[in-house]
Amino acid sequence: MLTVVVLAGLSGCSSIEPWVKPYERDKLADPIMALDGDPVSTAYIQHVYEAREGARGGEGAAGGGCGCN
Amino acid sequence: MIRRVLLIAAALSAFGAAKAGVLPDDRADVLYHRYDGGGVTIDGPSILVRKKAGKSLSFVGNYYVDMISSASIDVITTASPYTEERTQWSMGMDYLRGNTTMRVNYATSEESDFDAETVSFSVSQDMFGDLTTLTLSYALGDDLVRKSDDSTFEAPLDRQIYGVGITQILTKNLISTINIETITEEGYLNNPYRSVRYFDPDSELGYSFEGELYPNTRTSNAVGIRMRYFLPYRAALEGEYRFFTDTWDIESNTVAFSYIHPWKEWTFTGKFRYHDQTGAHFYSDLFGRSEETNFRGRDKELSELTSYTLMMQAAYEFLRDDGNDWGFIKRGKITASLNLLHVDYHDFSDLSAGQPLGEEPLYDLDANIFQIYFSFFY
Repeated sequence: MLTVVVLAGLSGCSSIEPWVKPYERDKLADPIMALDGDPVSTAYIQHVYEAREGARGGEGAAGGGCGCN
Repeated sequence: MIRRVLLIAAALSAFGAAKAGVLPDDRADVLYHRYDGGGVTIDGPSILVRKKAGKSLSFVGNYYVDMISSASIDVITTASPYTEERTQWSMGMDYLRGNTTMRVNYATSEESDFDAETVSFSVSQDMFGDLTTLTLSYALGDDLVRKSDDSTFEAPLDRQIYGVGITQILTKNLISTINIETITEEGYLNNPYRSVRYFDPDSELGYSFEGELYPNTRTSNAVGIRMRYFLPYRAALEGEYRFFTDTWDIESNTVAFSYIHPWKEWTFTGKFRYHDQTGAHFYSDLFGRSEETNFRGRDKELSELTSYTLMMQAAYEFLRDDGNDWGFIKRGKITASLNLLHVDYHDFSDLSAGQPLGEEPLYDLDANIFQIYFSFFY
């Protein structure tokens, strides 16, 4: 329900003019700009940090696993 | 002799840094990982396969194994070295409709004394000429904690994860993402094997041990911001910051900077990460007496600590999408990375030398984290 309400509300703002045109996004489309180009590796290293530190979440992609002694 | 398993993992990785109006690339990754530090060695494979079905569906599966051999500071202080294996499976589906992508993911993890299951859902919407992607997510985790030396022991642990994320194109060269996550847990949050230390004048060393006792609820909030900038030449710079706080009074700040530099078929990445946290309110390196407080813990990960990580990574694209003769495989690359992790514990004594009370040094940890993986795109 929350999802529907938020998305419906934001759809009313769809008239905002995009300030970076599609043809200006070539650099953003370069693989070196991918925020999560290696999902398996990212999940693994987040898993290590969750096991070794007391914090978790908030990083967009996180790993799971054991917090072994 | 283990542990805590957090399947927060599969749940959060399913949310990812989302793009709503495009399905993820078809790919297969085969990874070997190895963690070696503080008397603990953990290695194993991770295999991920993702494939589209038609124009609006994409399926993903992941198989992950941790093979653990531990003689860590906790283990050698109060227990015996052990070996253990943990296996995790996950499968998910992305459904694209217009500018909206819906995802569902299921993950299960098994080891001899800990089972975990997580179901997660998310929906992403591209807006404002695809400059903005909003993602809302929810995950439900259901764990079961057992104890290897007590077959009658069984305790549940439930978890819910709420997330909101926005990925925003700011300029022609700059993209950013902000993620806010709340995690609530209720149930058995203890490690059933770990002990706390308390002052005991009758013992030879001046202290003795007794079992930990944690609160049975924990709620945490985290907000993370990342920005990646395309430099005037073909290279990228990334900055990250995360603030974390929870009802156990742990508060942390994490900062990281990365530099990504392609050269011919190679891509080199360097990263430095800094993490600093306060300790849980029920943590103590040495309690004044037995059962001194209602809740008590001596998990070094819940203590005041600072960690530093230096990462070096090299990727080589050995197969390009230029009419190669590898059949349906368009591209292939191999990546190797090494993370050097150092942790300074500010309130956790190293008891391994058996020194008298008051003369124990503070513990610190160095670990090498190695990964090598092949990625194929088709």
